[in-house]
Amino acid sequence: MQMKDNILVAIFAAVILTMPIWAGAVGAGYPDLLQKFAIFGLFAIGFNILFGFTGYLSFGHAAFLGVGSYTAMWSFKLLSMNALPAVILATLLSGIFAAAIGFVALRRSGIYFSILTLAFAQMCYNLAYSVLTPVTMGETGLTLAADDPRIFGGAGVEAGGALPSPDFFGLSLSGYNGFYFAAIILVIGFYISVRLYRSSFGLMLLAVKSNQNRMNYTGLNTKPYLLSAFVISGMYAGLAGALMVVIDPLAGAERMQWTASGEVVLMTILGGVGTLLGPFIGAVTIKYFENIFSAFNDAVLNQIFDFLPDFIQVIWVPFASLFVGKGWHLTLGVLFMLVVIFLPGGAMEGFRLLKEKLFKKNEDAAETAKAGGTE
Amino acid sequence: MSAILTVEGVNKNFSGLKALDDVNLSVEKGSVHAIIGPNGAGKSTFLNCLVGRLIPDTGTVLYYGKKPEGETLFGLPPHAINQKGISRVFQTPEVFEDLSIFENAMIPVMAHHDGSYKFNSWGGVVSRGEIVDNAEQILEDVGLIEKRNVHSGSLSRGDKRRLELAMCLAQDPELLLLDEPTAGMARADTNNTIDLLKKIGEERNITKVIIEHDMHVVFSLATRVSVLARGHVIAEGAPEEMKGDPRVQEAYLGGAHL
Ligand SMILES: Nc1ncnc2c1ncn2[C@@H]1O[C@H](COP(=O)(O)OP(=O)(O)OP(=O)(O)O)[C@@H](O)[C@H]1O
Ligand SMILES: [Mg+2]
Repeated sequence: MQMKDNILVAIFAAVILTMPIWAGAVGAGYPDLLQKFAIFGLFAIGFNILFGFTGYLSFGHAAFLGVGSYTAMWSFKLLSMNALPAVILATLLSGIFAAAIGFVALRRSGIYFSILTLAFAQMCYNLAYSVLTPVTMGETGLTLAADDPRIFGGAGVEAGGALPSPDFFGLSLSGYNGFYFAAIILVIGFYISVRLYRSSFGLMLLAVKSNQNRMNYTGLNTKPYLLSAFVISGMYAGLAGALMVVIDPLAGAERMQWTASGEVVLMTILGGVGTLLGPFIGAVTIKYFENIFSAFNDAVLNQIFDFLPDFIQVIWVPFASLFVGKGWHLTLGVLFMLVVIFLPGGAMEGFRLLKEKLFKKNEDAAETAKAGGTE
Repeated sequence: MSAILTVEGVNKNFSGLKALDDVNLSVEKGSVHAIIGPNGAGKSTFLNCLVGRLIPDTGTVLYYGKKPEGETLFGLPPHAINQKGISRVFQTPEVFEDLSIFENAMIPVMAHHDGSYKFNSWGGVVSRGEIVDNAEQILEDVGLIEKRNVHSGSLSRGDKRRLELAMCLAQDPELLLLDEPTAGMARADTNNTIDLLKKIGEERNITKVIIEHDMHVVFSLATRVSVLARGHVIAEGAPEEMKGDPRVQEAYLGGAHL
C-alpha cells in the first residue's frame, strides 16, 4: 500500500514539475496559468480533507485564502521579501482563524454548518472592507510600498525606484520560478494529504463521514477530529492564499468573496469528492477552461463563426457570447450540472468507468480468443 | 453478587405517550439479563435512556463499572458513557457502511487503544501491527475474516449485526447492551451468535443486557428475565419461572412465543 502511494506521489510530482515542458502542447504553456493550476490545486486538495474525508461542506474557505494573502503581504512589508516566512506565517495564522471559526461552526452539521461557514466568510469579507481597512487597505487592496520597513532587509527603496519583488533566498520568483515554487509546495501538500488519508486519523475522518452515531457509541468524540480536519484544510487554503501574493504581491478582499468559496466546492465535485487526485484535476479543469473561454469576445466569435450564413451568425454569435468572456461562468454552470447529473463521482469516477470498460473489453477479447483456441 | 446497573423510577414520555412508566431494574454483575416484551413495550427506549441517547424525565440510573461507587450516567455524552465500559448493539445495525469490514473492525480497536481522540496522522493504518492483529482476531471470532475487504454496506442484515457485535466486543466492555442481536438472522447464524455470546461469557466477564423476541435465544443465554409491557416491568425472575408465568403470557397476547 505504502509503495503504491509513493509511486502515485512520484508520478504526480513528475507530471507537475515537467508541466512547463509539455503544457504548451495543450495551449497552457504560460507561467500565470500553470501557477494557477498549482495554487488552486493545492487549495482544492486541502478543501477535500474537510469536505471529501469528513463530508462537512464548508462554504467559507475563501476566508482563509484571504487571511493567507494578507498575512503574506504583511510579511513582505514588515519582515522581508523572502517567500518562506511569508508562506509559513500565512499557514499558521489561517490555521488559528480556522480553529476559531471551526470551533463555532462545527457545533452544527449538514446545511447549518455550511451556512455558518458562509456567514463567517462573508463577515470576514465585509470586515476587510470596513473596520479592518488599516490592515487590508479596503478597496484599494494591500500592496507593497516604497516606505515599507522590511526589518530583515529590502527596505529603503529609493523614491521612484522599482518596488522589490518576492524571492526565495535571493532567487527571483517571477515567471516559471514562481510556478516551481508553488508546484513544489503543491507536491508536498499532495503527499501530506495521501499520508493523512492512509493514517489512523484519516480513517477516523472517513468514519465520521460514514456514521457519527457509531463513532459516538464506540467511545470516540467526533468534534476534535472534525476540528482538526477543518484547521488542516484551512491551513492549506491560507497557504494557497500566500502563494497567490508570492506570485503577484497584491491582496484584495474580493479573494474572500463567497464566489471564491463556491469555486473550490465546484473544483472538488468536478474532480471527485473524497478521492486523492480528483480535487486537483477539478481545479486544473476549471482554470484551464476559464483561461480558454474567458479569452473569447464577440470579435473572436464572429471570426470563428464567419462560415455561417449572415442571418444565423447575427443570432448565434450574441447567444454564444453569453457563454464566453465574462459569461464563462454560465459554461461552468452547465458543465457542473452535466457532471452532477451524469457523473456524480466526478472526473475520477469517469476514469474508473472508462478503465472498467476498457479492461472488460480486453477480458472479453481474451475470453473469445481462448474459446476460439479450444475449438 | 453485586449490581452493575441499578435503575430506579425511570419515566419517559413522548408527547403524552408513556414509553417508560416507573421502571425499576437491577442488573447483576456477570449476569445475562434478558428484557422481553411485545412490540412498542419500551425496550429500545429503555436502552436509549441508559446510553445517553435519551434523557429520562425522572428517575436515576447508577452504574458500577470499574469503580465501586455508583455513578450516574445522565448528562454524559454517548462517547463518554462508552468509555466507561458500556457498548451497545443497535436494533438496526449501525456500522460504517462506506468502509470495509476490516476498517470497521480497526476503528473500535483503535478507539480502545488510543482513547477518545488521538491525532495519529502520519503512520499508515495498516502499519499498526498489534492493532491490526486485534482487529483480525475479532473478525475471526465472528467468522467475517474472509470478507475483510468487503464493503460493510453490502452485507446482509445478519452479517452487519455480527460485525457490529464484533466491534462492540473489540472494546472489551464491562456491560454489553444488545438490542435484538439475532433479528434478521437465519437459524444457523442465530445459533452461531448464541455460541459466540456463550463463549465470550466464559472467556470474559462481560455483563449483558439482551433485548430479544426469539425465546430460543432468551432461554439459551439468559440468567434472568424481565418482562416489559407498556413501559412497565410486569414480571421478573429466573428464565424457568418466567416461562409459565400467566402475566407474561398475557402481555404477549396469546403468548405465541411461549
Ligand atoms: N423518539 C421517539 N419519539 C416518539 N415516540 C417514540 C420514540 N421512540 C419510541 N417511541 C415510542 O415509544 C414506544 C416504545 O418504543 P420502543 O422502540 O422502545 O419499543 P420496543 O419495545 O423497542 O419495540 P420493538 O420490539 O418493536 O423494538 C413506541 O410506542 C414508540 O412508538
Ligand atoms: Mg426496539
